[in-house]
Amino acid sequence: MASPDDLKFQEFDEAADLLSADPGASTLSVSALSGTTAGTQDTKVDLSEDEENQQENSGLLGGENKTGGFWTFEYYQSFFNVDTMQVLDRIKGSVMPVPGRNFIKHHIRNSPDLYGPFWICATLVFSVAISGNLSNFLSHKGDGQYHYRPQFHKVTIAALVVFLYAWLVPLGVWGFLTWRQGTERQTSAYSFLETVCVYGYSLFIFIPTSVLWSIPFQWVQWTLIVIAMVISGSVLVLTFWPVVRDDTKVTAFATVASIVVLHALLAIGCKLYFFETALEITPTPTPGHLTTNTSMGQMN
Amino acid sequence: MAEVDEANKPLFAGLSDVSISDDIPVEGDISVPLASHSADDEFSTLDEPVKDTILRDLKAVGNKFVHVMYPKKSSALLRDWDLWGPLLLCVTLALLLQGGSSDSKGDEGPQFAEVFVIIWFGSVIITLNSKLLGGTISFFQSLCVLGYCILPLCVAMLVCRLVLLLVSATTVSFIIRLLIVTASFGWSTFASTAFLADSQPPNRKALVVYPVFLFYFVIGWMILTFSPSS
Repeated sequence: MASPDDLKFQEFDEAADLLSADPGASTLSVSALSGTTAGTQDTKVDLSEDEENQQENSGLLGGENKTGGFWTFEYYQSFFNVDTMQVLDRIKGSVMPVPGRNFIKHHIRNSPDLYGPFWICATLVFSVAISGNLSNFLSHKGDGQYHYRPQFHKVTIAALVVFLYAWLVPLGVWGFLTWRQGTERQTSAYSFLETVCVYGYSLFIFIPTSVLWSIPFQWVQWTLIVIAMVISGSVLVLTFWPVVRDDTKVTAFATVASIVVLHALLAIGCKLYFFETALEITPTPTPGHLTTNTSMGQMN
Repeated sequence: MAEVDEANKPLFAGLSDVSISDDIPVEGDISVPLASHSADDEFSTLDEPVKDTILRDLKAVGNKFVHVMYPKKSSALLRDWDLWGPLLLCVTLALLLQGGSSDSKGDEGPQFAEVFVIIWFGSVIITLNSKLLGGTISFFQSLCVLGYCILPLCVAMLVCRLVLLLVSATTVSFIIRLLIVTASFGWSTFASTAFLADSQPPNRKALVVYPVFLFYFVIGWMILTFSPSS
């Protein structure tokens, strides 16, 4: 039977005793816990580049994020844990790459999301298909025989290309980097979701570029490709260079070069397949051209 | 002696002094099971004429159409969701988008199956998106709202086909169709966000509204670029 003395409030002397025995032991107070969780989920507050702090938080939240198995709804809900301002901030970071700022470390900070990559890819599919159709229409404007076609099959092809690129290439890059990390003892490589995130957000610049590609002049289109490649490629290079630079020179350069080349292939391939340039921009028509025009006029 | 007395007492005698205190409300009706069975029979749809069954569903669908055309904050669409309306609208729109010129090059507009897939697959993805972002609306309610809000675009498709028949000048007809499609696209987006936006926390509203905007934009583009056989 418990004595009344046992039931009254007891000072927890044990904790104090333990601490005095080992002052270096990590203690966790409730206020600190709520403070750190608030800090990592609110990017506006935590502006310090304290790597240790972030690593500890990732250890805390890395376990919490993966709630449930991959067959539960909550597992996928943890990847959509973003606000409007966070998404806009990440998009801004992908459009204006600053040398020295790693996109993943600075913007994603251990909370990758799937909202951005998925909807940027979906928007890109439709913007490429619609602008391609528009450029087809504009480039054939002077042609009397041309009848407008919606060309809906371009949407299917664009969807296939964009989504395969945005999911298979990060898989390959992540697999390669993880394999190298295993053999070469590098600094921590990125998780698969962070790689998908960086690739997804880096595709954002192609949305306004594809809309502008419908202007049917060659020099405009090639200038736009160069600008988009510089911006998008530098986001990727700035992200992956710190991870591979500890590797052998050859591997490092080969990895970064292949990332850039694949990205360029996507851009140029999209431009060449979906968009057409005006066939002739010469202001003075040749005599042969004139006769065919007049003969067509007579037939009408 | 005590046992004999106990045996002579009527059954449940000890309970006669149990009383229900006044502060426990006693509610409900004690109805004979047979009576409730007959009340059930009234709602059985086996015995009523088929016309009544169909008309009841059509009335429900029509009621929701009215709510979409005049979107005000009512919960009628959400409470009694049904998927008949979206199916009707989807099939109508897909049929109206047929009849483009049959070119052997394969450059024509969307096939019936493509329209169907875009509308239903798109609605499912948008619903999943809003649920993953933490929305409180249920899966089928969201499908219902997104499907019903295609109604303005369906009406626009009808009007566009009429314009294509009646107006022969291509530029004028294009401008008229552009205006009609833009207006109906705005109406659809506004109507669906009036129903859907309340179910999201305020800092994620834009994240939920943007896919809806993209969805109706794509449907609007399919309507605008419909070009009949020359």
